[in-house]
Amino acid sequence: MPTIKILYFAKLRDQLGCAEEAFELASDSCSVSELKKTLAERDSAWQQIFTESQVLVAVNKAMANTETLIQAGDEVGFFPPVTGG
Amino acid sequence: MVTVQTEDFDVAALYQALRADAPQIGAIVTFTGLVREFNDDAAVESLYLEHYPGMTEQVLEGLIATAAKRWPIINATIVHRIGELRPAEQIVFVGVNSAHRDAAFAAAEFLMDILKTKAPFWKREQGPQGDKWLDAKASDDERATRWH
Repeated sequence: MPTIKILYFAKLRDQLGCAEEAFELASDSCSVSELKKTLAERDSAWQQIFTESQVLVAVNKAMANTETLIQAGDEVGFFPPVTGG
Repeated sequence: MVTVQTEDFDVAALYQALRADAPQIGAIVTFTGLVREFNDDAAVESLYLEHYPGMTEQVLEGLIATAAKRWPIINATIVHRIGELRPAEQIVFVGVNSAHRDAAFAAAEFLMDILKTKAPFWKREQGPQGDKWLDAKASDDERATRWH
């Protein structure tokens, strides 16, 4: 099965209680929006975050959008809007 | 040059490095951001800064490359701290050198404005009421859109 790495940062990580996981894709590739939909099905906390709150996404450390394709070996990072500086 | 570090930084040394770059430099603009004691009227005891290692550096390098295409700057330095920080401590440094001041001023302001909305850093504030992750500010997004 094609596996990807998912990282969660800051408030999102605290709310989900998960910093990092290995995730098996159901097919060779999927879009960011498909991945978010699958994650939202886990439970109410995941559903709330992935359907209602503003979640940004990076694929292989570059900003991505809902249509970006994810493949085996990719690193996907989910995080809230940034607050540095 | 981009550096993400837990240690404090020496503004004088960063300035000297920008000065030593080349004889055609006529202007150096530097900006230093500090931790405020009060944020939106709430007392701040300390701040914890988290980032996305690897991505942060790529984003900041990309911002410098964009600034260098837009203005005739010679070099730019960004230093951003992570980890635990207390009020009055330095958080961020942006320095730009160029032949003339207009490019240096504009590029430094651009780098700071876009860093605040694009670089993957997150602040968690600790105060008398406990800790909380800060929300992004609409005013920062508005400032950043000026450069589009």
